[in-house]
Amino acid sequence: MPTIRFRLNGAPTEIDADPDELLLDILRGPLGLTGPHFGCGAGECGACRVIVDDHAVTSCDTPLWSVADKNVTTLEGLGSPEQPHPLQRAFIAEQAMQCGYCVAGVLMSAAALLKQNPSPTERQVREALDRNLCRCGSQNRIVRAVLRAANEATAT
Amino acid sequence: MSAPAPTLPFSLAANPRLSSWIKFAADGQVTVSPGKVEIGQGIVTALAQIAADELDIDIGRVRMVRATTAASPNEGVTSGSLSIHHSGRALRHACAEIRQIFLAAASERLGVESSVLQIEDGTITGPGNVTTSYWELADEISLDRDATPGAKPKAIAERALAGQSTQRIDIPDKVFARRRFIHDTALPGLLHGRVLRGEHARAKLAGLKEDAACAVPGFIAVVRDGSFAGVVCETEAGAEAALKALRKAANWSEGEKLPDEDDLAAFLKSQPVESTVIDTRTAAKSALKARTLKRQYVRPYIAHASIAPSCAMAQWNGEDRVHVWTHSQGVYLLRSDLSLVLKLPIEQITVEHLEGAGCYGHNPADDVALDAALLAKAAPGRPVRVQWSRADEMTHGPFGAAMAIEVEADLDATGDIVEWRHSIWSNGHAARPGRGTKPTLLAGYELEQPFPIAISGNPPQANGGGGDRNSIPLYDFPAWKIESHRLLTMPVRTSALRTLGAQGNVFAIECFLDEIAAERGEDPVAFRLRHLKDERAKDVVRAAAKRAGWKPVAKAGTGYGFGYSRYKNTGAYCAAVAEIEGDEDIRVKRLTLAVDVGEAINPDGVINQIEGGAIQATSWVLKERVRFDRERITSNSWTDYPILRFSEVPEVEVEVIQRSEVDPVGAGEAAHGPVTAAIANAVFDCLGVRVRNLPITRERLIAAMEES
Repeated sequence: MPTIRFRLNGAPTEIDADPDELLLDILRGPLGLTGPHFGCGAGECGACRVIVDDHAVTSCDTPLWSVADKNVTTLEGLGSPEQPHPLQRAFIAEQAMQCGYCVAGVLMSAAALLKQNPSPTERQVREALDRNLCRCGSQNRIVRAVLRAANEATAT
Repeated sequence: MSAPAPTLPFSLAANPRLSSWIKFAADGQVTVSPGKVEIGQGIVTALAQIAADELDIDIGRVRMVRATTAASPNEGVTSGSLSIHHSGRALRHACAEIRQIFLAAASERLGVESSVLQIEDGTITGPGNVTTSYWELADEISLDRDATPGAKPKAIAERALAGQSTQRIDIPDKVFARRRFIHDTALPGLLHGRVLRGEHARAKLAGLKEDAACAVPGFIAVVRDGSFAGVVCETEAGAEAALKALRKAANWSEGEKLPDEDDLAAFLKSQPVESTVIDTRTAAKSALKARTLKRQYVRPYIAHASIAPSCAMAQWNGEDRVHVWTHSQGVYLLRSDLSLVLKLPIEQITVEHLEGAGCYGHNPADDVALDAALLAKAAPGRPVRVQWSRADEMTHGPFGAAMAIEVEADLDATGDIVEWRHSIWSNGHAARPGRGTKPTLLAGYELEQPFPIAISGNPPQANGGGGDRNSIPLYDFPAWKIESHRLLTMPVRTSALRTLGAQGNVFAIECFLDEIAAERGEDPVAFRLRHLKDERAKDVVRAAAKRAGWKPVAKAGTGYGFGYSRYKNTGAYCAAVAEIEGDEDIRVKRLTLAVDVGEAINPDGVINQIEGGAIQATSWVLKERVRFDRERITSNSWTDYPILRFSEVPEVEVEVIQRSEVDPVGAGEAAHGPVTAAIANAVFDCLGVRVRNLPITRERLIAAMEES
């Protein structure tokens, strides 16, 4: 098996695996992460989104080889209770979920958006999250939380 | 007249042992152990608030225990918007009694009257600086005693937490990727399983070659019993690969025919049924009927379509003991059905709850738990996690039942209603496990010696009814007759989905009313208020209307509609105003709702539930319909079963009418009916066309225009 190297949440990572294996399976399997969630396996719901370099991608249909030498960030790498990302603070402040299963992927889409556009409009937030599905109906809270995080981040 | 003897709240009467609800842990914490489970609705936080409030402890000391048949009170199923009503009241009462027990003990130890003692964050103090605490006293007080009626919970003004929008205790874990979901739970030695299911409805597995699956690295076992087949592997990827191999090597018999998806009403009305008269009202004085209006409303089968596929874990300990981890809504009920299928006494089965993704009713959570138990048997001593595929989740779980509803009104010469008739044709809305003598779990139907397929029934009216839920008018019409026809065939599997029949019935009633009001030239809100007697009902109608500025002057291309109901006729009151934009498609721009749940324990939690319900209902109305051809369910992905996206979600405003003096009821199902009707009525306001066949898609709009 070839060795694929990439940076995972900032740390150099090596994995011996079939390069055609899916990134989500590698992250959740041998790498033991649970931030990215399986939802559909077809790149349709966004629960598995992670950031590769600067873009949020669906890890359930991303082959491992495509992230070689790149930076992969999962929810685990976004922030911690001690040093939360503004989005994590804002999702708590806005109570921006019901079940929270989709939120793992939503946070990554939102983080990628804020990286590219630190002061998005509400419409831009909705567009950026349009490929993340939420079944509980928490979309408006989530949008408010993203806008709150953007405000906080630009204010400091 | 003497006051009625005090009684225990429902759940506490069923589980009176105080220690089964509350324990004081040595580390200054309090464990609270409800029988209801977190399904994304925030119930665990609301229950923690109630317990902390009654005990006078900081909510940070409360440790909520997940429901398990090994220890928790048996509170049946977490459904029907009853968790606050059942679990909340039981905990409030139990904690009030426990508080009194501790105060009495403290009084004895400290030598002061209990009436002068105070409790602050669990520390009990009295005059002269005497002090003790729950935890100091816990050793000498046994809570292994039954609750007694008559304990007095705090007066409303003394509650510090209940009624406040406390932050949910599960949310930090979910934003910091700490393991909380069953899908993320790692047990030592965990194996992975997958189940093979045919595409065609109820097809039989005629042949299966196992060798390719056996060759997958990490392969542990193939399990086959009749048409049930699955595989267990060391890794999840391995299990997927082995399943793929099994699928290729499987031969299926022809299945059973499915109905015509484009004529559900004809199908529903052509089947053998069990008919029940739900209610009749006879007019005090006869009125002259000038004419009769009759309309038919149809709602399709609706999928739960949870964001996560259903998942469970099971571990056998020897031949005759099994531990199951599940996101089922009812651990005890699931255990009963597992006991029937596995032929094990219930004492040898432990069922423990772990969180899944949002649950909106009887989804495949219970089915996959049996799958896991069957597969894990092939790997004794090791836990096996089984997860369904997206396609199976969308096609093999129970659906919300399709409904055809005929409503007729006799009108007098002024167009006022003198008699009302409402008839429902629908599959039953409930086939939950643990309720009957036969199991209702999918794999149970697939075994070599299968159990008969349980045709869904309806809960009795006393429990809110099923297909007939919310079919009895809340309006003061002089006479009515309500009938329900439950199908005795079930080619498409149905069971409880949020609101059961209420969404369909409220859609029919509220749209028909709108039509009658419009024919009379009467404002629909005024029309409703004229027919409502209940002041709480009138209050939510007025509050929603006022907040939405009813009725705004319509611009071209926009429309406004109104809907109201009281969930189950006994639960939460909810009124909704929809603002839509319509041309060839409908876009819902804004929903304004007013809701009265009695005491709102966590007002933000109530708003979250109403908001979520309103958005989900919008999705149902605009987009959702289980698709099938004559052989198989075809809506097996998000492409084929689209739901509302972020850019399509309306603005939602919720006004909570707080009534601290009234016993609380749940909020999770109150919005669906009113929102459904409000959108349909707004479509008429905007485009002048009545769409009575959900969902309101472009095709349905065109069809309705052609009809009218």
